[in-house]
Amino acid sequence: MNLNFTAEEKDFQQEVQQFLQEKLPKDTAVKTRKGLHLEKEAYIEWQQILNAKGWAATNWPIEYGGTGWSPTQKYIFANECAKAGAPDVVPFGLKMVAPIIYTFGNEEQKQRFLPDILASKVWWCQGYSETGAGSDLAGVRTTAVRDGDEYVINGTKTWTTLGQYADWIFCLVRTGPPSAKNQEAISFILINMHDPKITVSPIITIDGKHEVNEVHFDGVRVPAENLIGAEGQGWTYAKVLLTHERTGIARVAISKERLVQLKELAATSPDGDNKLMDDLIFAQKVAKLEIDLLALEYTELRTLSAISTGKAPGPESSILKIVGTQIIQAIDELYVEAAGYYSMPYVPQQFHDDFDGQYIGSDMAANSALRYFNNRKASIYGGSNEIQTNIISKAVLGL
Amino acid sequence: MDFSLSSEQKMIQDSVSRFILNDYDFDTRRKIITSAAGYSQKNWNTFAELGWLMLPFTEEDGGLGGSMTDLMLVMEEFGKGMVVEPFIATAVMAGGLVALAGNQQQKDDYLPRIMAGELQMAFAYAEPQSRYQLNNVTCRANETQGEFFLSGHKSVVLNGNHADTLIVSARSSGENSDEQGISLFLVDANHPSVKREGYANVDGHQAADIWFDNTPTLGLLGEQDNALPAINNIIDKATLAICAEAVGAMQIAHERTLEYAKTRKQFGRTIGSFQALQHRMVNMFIEHQQAKSILLMAVLKMDSNNGSDAKALSAAKSRIGQAANLVGREAIQIHGGIGMTDELDVGHIFKRLTTIQYLFGSTDVHTKRFASL
Repeated sequence: MNLNFTAEEKDFQQEVQQFLQEKLPKDTAVKTRKGLHLEKEAYIEWQQILNAKGWAATNWPIEYGGTGWSPTQKYIFANECAKAGAPDVVPFGLKMVAPIIYTFGNEEQKQRFLPDILASKVWWCQGYSETGAGSDLAGVRTTAVRDGDEYVINGTKTWTTLGQYADWIFCLVRTGPPSAKNQEAISFILINMHDPKITVSPIITIDGKHEVNEVHFDGVRVPAENLIGAEGQGWTYAKVLLTHERTGIARVAISKERLVQLKELAATSPDGDNKLMDDLIFAQKVAKLEIDLLALEYTELRTLSAISTGKAPGPESSILKIVGTQIIQAIDELYVEAAGYYSMPYVPQQFHDDFDGQYIGSDMAANSALRYFNNRKASIYGGSNEIQTNIISKAVLGL
Repeated sequence: MDFSLSSEQKMIQDSVSRFILNDYDFDTRRKIITSAAGYSQKNWNTFAELGWLMLPFTEEDGGLGGSMTDLMLVMEEFGKGMVVEPFIATAVMAGGLVALAGNQQQKDDYLPRIMAGELQMAFAYAEPQSRYQLNNVTCRANETQGEFFLSGHKSVVLNGNHADTLIVSARSSGENSDEQGISLFLVDANHPSVKREGYANVDGHQAADIWFDNTPTLGLLGEQDNALPAINNIIDKATLAICAEAVGAMQIAHERTLEYAKTRKQFGRTIGSFQALQHRMVNMFIEHQQAKSILLMAVLKMDSNNGSDAKALSAAKSRIGQAANLVGREAIQIHGGIGMTDELDVGHIFKRLTTIQYLFGSTDVHTKRFASL
């Protein structure tokens, strides 16, 4: 056992650092650090810069334009990106639908969709949840009824993140008869969002932002060639993807960086004649969180190490999402506590990305409560933490 | 980055694991801890024969390795069997101090006998008022005509009642909490001026309170007045050992709880089918996995830094203490009444997981130390 990077890995780390130094737009890095709203164009610009370097698709196989990186390289890349303030790539195209297309799609579908995803020419969004199908996702009611060479789609998807920007949506839809067992009636289909029979209505969340939407399908006709794989197999495809993609799910790199900044904030925030970090109780909360994050980092490394030696990830990989989101939320909460009174003022314009006035309080403090509110989603999305717990109970503990 | 074990390391792990499985079942352990000695000389001889007592020492000192990885492998398996033989007291702490601070003569006198299983030792450092502060030493070392004589009281000395030779920290100069002025001495445990009150701890391990009254020594170990760094180093190493032990013990506590939940029926079905209990068992699993991860972190960092990394070690002790607390308590709770009985192993695992939390610095003490470094 040893902790050291190989010479090649060290070279790679340097290459990543240099790339970020030269190519990451400064403006985007500043906004990402502060948790400000990024416009569509900023995401696309960054993803196209990554693509020009061949680094847009870190988890794709090389044959489709992926990097073919080892788990250690992915770990290095994630850490350097977090340190530099690079935004996450928008996951819906590059990380969610693309693996389903190259794993389960046919040749024509791969040719048609993958190059545009890689080049960030097309913005994707995800159509999984419905008002009646949250944690019980297999209960989707949106229907796709075959009519000649087309499917006719009716229903409503919700919590559609950044759907207001989207060109395409990938959906779980019901193709089977109402009598069919839930999981066997679900198919996976790709739909053009520019269809006039689709309407997108915004949902404003508790942080005051428009991040998620409802998407209504009112008799939308979709060519049958947009169905991925076989009818009735959509649930299996979606599940395979969920269990396959573990890298980065814990968001350790970003939490590490956030914690470094939190400590800086607390070390400089006045607390009467002292600084906040001098308060033993606050310092202890930070220390405990830092320790838990350290443990999580090694849980992730154990997973990566197993994958890199060709083994299936061990049972430890199943805890990454739960613990990762607990830590994200706990860090956000400590930012609010660190901000104190200045966590309270709600001045929407200062969170907008073109704000260049004077912040009320400090910029860090100003943003703390909204981030905290926004990230309550982390333990709900992607299968709530209670669902994750059920999965571990069944699949790992055999209960 | 490489987390795989060498073939030698796998062999060590297998050999300790087989011993626990075949020769250290729960009934055997019960007989050992209720025997007069409180540990098994036969097992101790086995440890020596299989070379396990050589593992904490470098090849230069006649040992087999000395890395934290080796220590982790042995202790994690020991934790699965709740081994009570004084491996930590004699080999890790006392032997470790001789190896770290001793001169060649002292090494030659003590290390071969420790590794051969012929000598029992103990390290007497804690005092009633010191709690976990290693620099707080009031036991006095008075020098008369070039000879030192010790007077004072040492608390809960692990293996203190069976040790032939003691290593004692004493103040040779300065005030109670000065970092300077602490020295280590080798002491004949059977000297008439040494009063020992031996007992078993709640976890089945043997210990003693020891009083010295103008006791002559067998010599100074290491540099006079400057023993604190060596003491810190060895307590950290022993702390790593019990961290690994706790990770092994938690695994068994969790496994036993799962087995029980899958068979015990109430309300006409197995209690493991109740979601309230399932989620608690998943929490135990998460705690155990996080404990295992942070142990690995501390081992790797210590091994890549000459066996010492106080910040990493304290992170591990803090996190593992927290995990041990939850896993131990939940194992009892989910077993229900049967978990309260002396005849079931779960209660004994709980007891060991409890003492580990308060040995060599509590969870809070290590959290604070982590934050201060």
